[in-house]
Amino acid sequence: MLRFIIRRILETIPVLFILATATFFMMRLAPGGPFTSEKQASPAIRERMNAHYGLDKPLFQQYLLQMKHLLQGNLGPSFKYPGHTVNEIIRDSFPVSLELGVESLAVALVFGLVAGMIAAVKRNTAWDHVLMSLAMIGLCVPTFVMGPLLISGFALHLDWFNAAGWFFPRDRVLPALTLGAYYAAYIARLSRGGLLEVLHQDFIRTAQAKGAGPSRVLFKHALRGGLLPVVSFLGPAIAGLLTGSFVVETIFGIPGLGRYFVTAAFNRDYFMIMGSVLFYAVFVVALNLLADIVLVWMNPRLRLE
Amino acid sequence: MPGLLALALCLLILCGCGKRETLVEIGDRTQELFLSNADEPSGLDPQTSIGNIEANIQLALFEGLVTGDPKQNMPRPGVAESWDISPDGKIYTFHLRHNALWSNGDPVTADDFVQSYRRMLMPSLAAQYSYMLYPVTNAEAYNLGKITNFDQVGFKALDDFTLRVTLHSPTPYLLSMMIHQSWYPVPIKTIEKYGALDDEANTWTRPEHFVGNGPFVLKEWRMNSHILVAKSPTYWDAAHVRLNKIYFDPTSSYDTEERMFRSGQLHDTFQASPSKIAYYEKYKPKLIVISPELATYYYKFNVLRPPLNDKRVREALAMSIDRHAITETVSRGGELPAGCLTPPDTAGYTSKTQIREDIPAARKLLAEAGYPGGKGFPTIELLFNTLQSHKAIAEALQEMWRKNLNIDVRLHNEEWKVYLDTMHHTNYDIGRAGWIGDYQDPSTFLDCFTTDSGNNETGWSNLEYDKLCKAASDTGDQSKRFADFQKAEAILMDEMPIIPIYFYTLPRMIRPSVKGFYPNLLDQHNYKYVYLDPKGD
Amino acid sequence: MPETSLQSIAAAETEPSASFWSDAWRRLRKHKLAMFGLGVVIVLSVLCFSQSLISRYILGFNYEQQNLALGAAPPSRLHWLGTDPLGRDLLARLLYGGMISLSVGLAATFVSLVIGVIYGAISGFVGGNLDAAMMRIVDILYALPFTIFVILLMVFFGQNIILLFVAIGAIEWLTMARIVRGQVMSIKQQEFVEAARALGLRKRRILLRHILPNLLGPIIVYATLTVPEVMLLEAFLSFLGLGVQPPQSSWGVLIKEGAEMMEEYPWLLIYPAIVMALTLFSLNFLGDGLRDALDVRTSKD
Repeated sequence: MLRFIIRRILETIPVLFILATATFFMMRLAPGGPFTSEKQASPAIRERMNAHYGLDKPLFQQYLLQMKHLLQGNLGPSFKYPGHTVNEIIRDSFPVSLELGVESLAVALVFGLVAGMIAAVKRNTAWDHVLMSLAMIGLCVPTFVMGPLLISGFALHLDWFNAAGWFFPRDRVLPALTLGAYYAAYIARLSRGGLLEVLHQDFIRTAQAKGAGPSRVLFKHALRGGLLPVVSFLGPAIAGLLTGSFVVETIFGIPGLGRYFVTAAFNRDYFMIMGSVLFYAVFVVALNLLADIVLVWMNPRLRLE
Repeated sequence: MPGLLALALCLLILCGCGKRETLVEIGDRTQELFLSNADEPSGLDPQTSIGNIEANIQLALFEGLVTGDPKQNMPRPGVAESWDISPDGKIYTFHLRHNALWSNGDPVTADDFVQSYRRMLMPSLAAQYSYMLYPVTNAEAYNLGKITNFDQVGFKALDDFTLRVTLHSPTPYLLSMMIHQSWYPVPIKTIEKYGALDDEANTWTRPEHFVGNGPFVLKEWRMNSHILVAKSPTYWDAAHVRLNKIYFDPTSSYDTEERMFRSGQLHDTFQASPSKIAYYEKYKPKLIVISPELATYYYKFNVLRPPLNDKRVREALAMSIDRHAITETVSRGGELPAGCLTPPDTAGYTSKTQIREDIPAARKLLAEAGYPGGKGFPTIELLFNTLQSHKAIAEALQEMWRKNLNIDVRLHNEEWKVYLDTMHHTNYDIGRAGWIGDYQDPSTFLDCFTTDSGNNETGWSNLEYDKLCKAASDTGDQSKRFADFQKAEAILMDEMPIIPIYFYTLPRMIRPSVKGFYPNLLDQHNYKYVYLDPKGD
Repeated sequence: MPETSLQSIAAAETEPSASFWSDAWRRLRKHKLAMFGLGVVIVLSVLCFSQSLISRYILGFNYEQQNLALGAAPPSRLHWLGTDPLGRDLLARLLYGGMISLSVGLAATFVSLVIGVIYGAISGFVGGNLDAAMMRIVDILYALPFTIFVILLMVFFGQNIILLFVAIGAIEWLTMARIVRGQVMSIKQQEFVEAARALGLRKRRILLRHILPNLLGPIIVYATLTVPEVMLLEAFLSFLGLGVQPPQSSWGVLIKEGAEMMEEYPWLLIYPAIVMALTLFSLNFLGDGLRDALDVRTSKD
């Protein structure tokens, strides 16, 4: 187990290196730069701004320089927000996204798993159809519709919440529901499908034949195998949830990290793009590792290779 | 998912219900203004930031020699109590008030201004707005590194409270330019304390370090959450500042800010979507104000590419657009249809040349150019950056040209920076553009289309036009300048490298309790004069 | 070894003959909801793909015809589903958008399904170093900046509907690959696979005949989840300049724009959302039915 984890952590090094290299050259290929703006600065001024950030050096030299800084843990300054470094921006905004992510994840897991299990056990009954229809609606109502709908109902008409902002505990409710609902729908569908698959299998039939009750069958035997697809899905999904959602943060005016993933690209804020990509990558790698460990734990016949 | 609703209900019961006092209601009582400011400012240093988002906050934190009056934003005394102008219009002597203080208690002196302008013009600072100081003798040469001795630049502190500014040629609009943030003083000693003067990453604008000389001081700055400024006790005119606090909200979505406005979290919105404007005008006219803005929405032609290199084709395209239909039914913000580039009554100037909308004449021009009835006209591309409002206008234009001229135009949208890059490289057929004036003078618009202007981007070049713009900037005689501008604009509208569509407006929702917040062309509001009156709501 | 394992080996070892497919079809036909779903999908596809005829002969409006004087109007006898702010008929735009969204949605899902299943199955089945390398590549692809990737695609290849599939397919297969890999790893340890190995069957055969059929459930479920995601992603791509260009429409774009005006002109959101939801429900029922029909084990229930 420990060897497996150490090996995976070592594997992360080439992952981050390749990712950083690919990101560097991709963003430099994209037209426009951090100082491209509607009101053209004079060529002399643009030249000096480029020199200030080292953008006048040959590309490969810039690449080496940035890799060196990354090795030192220095993500560099933000072009868009010159008074702030990328490290600072991530440090300030990540906790917000993390909090929202954990709350949304709780919503998603509780409702998604319960709905999925009920639907699987009561297959082809009204329960199943109603729950799965709700899940389908959750999927076709994207967050940019769900958010405004919830705000319109609960904040504007009923006046139970603020329409946006991130100041009071109650400001967490609507964003967490909006973001969680979407993932809940996914989890509900996946867990139902996975459970159905397992409920047909031999060992379940054996258990049933031995007289185990339905709930015992479900919890003792079926869940382990049936939730494999959910676990595989959750690895990257949680990485996405914890690092923030652009849409939800924009709709609810939340000062999280998620919006930087999109705005940094739009602003060609090179160091911010690199910083956010690597930060996210660490989460993806870590959570996929966790997912793999959970897969093994749920399925003891597997071994960590 | 029914569980979701159940959870929501439980939480609601826990949260407690009932009509709460909204932030706006609290603010009205305590003179705290909740302002929408559209985006996170890129920085608060008035010399290195360029947008109006930043300027809106800096206006609360700094005060220049002159400042804008609340209504028209015309120059009136700021840190300078009074000024004398030499008869030839080239030497301005400013007399500073003795009681003007920085927020750390130091007096604001003439030397502070000189040092600030030295920093503004430092080549290594690379301040984009440094050209705002170019009317001053040798400012441009110093900024471009041609001279290195700042003593040769036309700023001189005669004593602690007298500043002399020498211009290379009379500039009648100098005082209106000086309202701009590039003319604010900055606390040089504080800046030096937190880094090099030319270091953009200097942290002097953080709340814990900040020093300013405006009616308010910076208290809190939480990125993408809010900026809080509070009334400054050291401001010389503090007795007349009525607001205690201003929150600047960086909400970037129209819809979110409108919902926050509706739920009583904001006193105003920065913008409004066309459908909301229509709704508010009809049902809540007291909550919406639409005012003209010093800005033009237009399209640029690439005059180097056939068939647009033919003046007649450009004219035909420009003449066959129904601008009223666009402003009335598409943009719907009460915009004024534009027949020329410079907005009407820009510091008293209105262009006499206006585009005619005449479809038969347009068809005739197109036929003369070799495309009778649109026959043989190649498919050209209309480029715009992705935004719902640009898209709707582009779609309307496409349909108008198809109907009126029987020609086919393809629409092409690009992400913002890709679009800017395409425009800068003049790599388009017809491209959307917009220009917001920096100060109240026609030159801020007409100078864009001189041959060497970085904002021209059309490939169009006319020596007579260049000459007229140059002549207008070299004279102090306002009537001669306006005559030159008239001639220049006539050339522009005859050659038609652009299609003006409309002059922008500023539609904004605002609570009636906000007083002293008058609409003006540059959308600058001197918060010193703003106050809240709960009875007004 | 339980009897059923041998049965499933035997069942899987029979060639998928004509009778297998006709059996599957027979089973599918008995599945009422699946048939309903199939019917709706077919009807919608026919309607959307003949949108130009419908626009011309039945509605009298095409998707780009404007009526600025009318503007946004609620449903009426002339415009059955109302009009947008430029006075364009929503039904015509919905049909046109359906043509785009159905092709993009189904094609991109298919692309991601093929890549994801093959990739995940190989990775999970072979295991070891190959699995590690393949999964680290997936990790890298997850984290690449998608917005920049799309901008580059657009800049270098122009606006091409094929590219849309590539861009969407390129990211949507990742999760599919992870799910398939997890399933394969679990299934390959089970008795019947061990039995097949013991019987000396070749790896390829085991993978194709014994493991893949057991993946059908999760694959079909995840594929039906991918369809709506792809349709909505398309709206984001057209925002970046890739994909449909105005005045064309797609369901994703209609819903996105409708959401911006949902308080003033609710019909602009409601109808596109209903049509899209209907499509997804149908695909979902069809997916469930297919899963049952193709499953060699359930067939014996």
